[in-house]
Amino acid sequence: MTDEPPADVPMIEIRNLHKTYRVGEIDVHALRGANLSVARGEFLAVVGPSGSGKSTLFHILGGLTPPTSGTVHIGGQDLLGMTDAQRTDLRKSTVGFVFQKYNLLPTLSAADNIAIARDIAKKPRETDPAFDQILELLGLKGRLHHKPRALSGGEQQRVAIARAIVNHPAILLADEPTGNLDTENSTAVLGLLRDLNTRLGQTILMITHNPEAATYGNRIAKMRDGRVVE
Amino acid sequence: MAGTRGCYTKALIHRLVLENLKHRPVRTLLSATAIGVQVTMILTLVGVSQGVLGDIAARSRGTGADILVRPPGSSVLAFSGDMPQGIVGLVRKEPHVVMATGTKVQSIGNFDSITGINLEEFNAISGGLRYLEGGPFQGPDDLLIDDVYAGAHQLHAGGKLDLGLTWRIAGVVESGKLSHIFARLDSLQDKYSARDKVSVVYVKLDDPKNLAAVIDSLKVKLEDYKVFSVDEFISLISVDSIPILKRFTNVVIGLAVIVGFLVVFLSMYTAVLERTREIGILKALGASPGYIMAILLRETFVLAVAGAIAGVLMSFGTQWIMRVFVPTMPMLIVHAWWPWAALIALTGSLIGAIYPGLKAARQDAIEALVYD
Repeated sequence: MTDEPPADVPMIEIRNLHKTYRVGEIDVHALRGANLSVARGEFLAVVGPSGSGKSTLFHILGGLTPPTSGTVHIGGQDLLGMTDAQRTDLRKSTVGFVFQKYNLLPTLSAADNIAIARDIAKKPRETDPAFDQILELLGLKGRLHHKPRALSGGEQQRVAIARAIVNHPAILLADEPTGNLDTENSTAVLGLLRDLNTRLGQTILMITHNPEAATYGNRIAKMRDGRVVE
Repeated sequence: MAGTRGCYTKALIHRLVLENLKHRPVRTLLSATAIGVQVTMILTLVGVSQGVLGDIAARSRGTGADILVRPPGSSVLAFSGDMPQGIVGLVRKEPHVVMATGTKVQSIGNFDSITGINLEEFNAISGGLRYLEGGPFQGPDDLLIDDVYAGAHQLHAGGKLDLGLTWRIAGVVESGKLSHIFARLDSLQDKYSARDKVSVVYVKLDDPKNLAAVIDSLKVKLEDYKVFSVDEFISLISVDSIPILKRFTNVVIGLAVIVGFLVVFLSMYTAVLERTREIGILKALGASPGYIMAILLRETFVLAVAGAIAGVLMSFGTQWIMRVFVPTMPMLIVHAWWPWAALIALTGSLIGAIYPGLKAARQDAIEALVYD
């Protein structure tokens, strides 16, 4: 893992987090004092209705948007006051994303989609043996030279997972990772996330609407009206 | 997944760039072609300029003269200024001059002109015209045309030619001597109200060693007149010595840069809009604005290089078109201008890619990721 904090420090520590968007002339308070702590090696499922602030939390933790106020620490790094360049570095090295729509680059093969994450992070293409084992675990060995259009939804999501963890991020953020998959593929993907968590100790924060998917986590956090309520 | 990082990085980025270009083949083809057209435009202009000037130089040398005399105030390529025909007699009296003949150049539009000659004198200086069809002038309405002009207009000896006035083609001669179209000097002077006027006096010396002395002497006697050795005159026939042609070339180069800018601007702007989501993905992976900009600039570079190659190849096509349809304006393939034309295309293209590149680099990652 990169930028690992001491073992007793939470991997994610959020205190009184606020995020306000300006939409036209209206201020939208997406997060209203959210508090959350995620231990190293934990698999946390975040559930909640639409508009509860899940996606905003996901975007802030991923360094895609800055918080308005409060404190957010990821892997020991304070996100508040980070510049755009520092948040870019955070995405490069500390967090990995898995999206509902897979978000693979359509013109590159599966192998190159994974490799480009290494390239952006300025790491050599050669991966360590542990990652090769992960590729085995993900069942992608024979599919790496195919482009996304030649892969099933389940395969594309597995490539996206491989891409997300190829740089050994401190946390893996997954936003509705099974939202576009059928039951069989959903089960497989959730099983893989749990395997990554249990076998490798990968810290995972997964946002989902699906209560069944949420049960794959070690813990479930519920959000409502911009706060973590339980 | 082998190889050094540097090599690999370049290979992956190059593959991404090429795959992006292959992903939209029609747009790529049109963009490269449009860039190619501007390269062709530049190469054609330069090629025609140098071809026409070279042709004029060759035909001037083909007169066989050692010296030419032109009216005061005339410029290098403005042959149509007039001076009194009596000048010819003065020149003939000069020591070491074995022959002098006056010619009258009458412009007839479309870059064409008729040159009035005293055929006997001109033959004496030039070594004679070689007839491919027909023969010398028979009457005042007769013309001689060279094979280039005849081929361009599909004309033959005995036919008629309307150049504002109707002429009979007495003969077709081999090209390379003075003009594409010849008329009798006295006839041309009469028809265009220029009796006793000539445009250029061509002078043949007994020995080229006397060239400098004769020129010096003529310059004294014909004050303000332009007196050149033929070699000096030919050396003056260049784009640099014709300010209007130089300005025109610069205007075309400017237009080419603007065309390249607009083509690439539109192409890259639509590419950025189409790839909004992909740019969002790269940003989510931690790609910096510079990384994204570099991808687009590399794509532009590939388009510009492909366009430049296409432009060079198309310039051979325009040369063929000129040769078939406008043979009196020969076009050269000027290899020395290939890198310049490519550089001009590249400059316009890269300028055109800057705004779309900045737009991509500044794109909000969250908005980009939800873009459909």
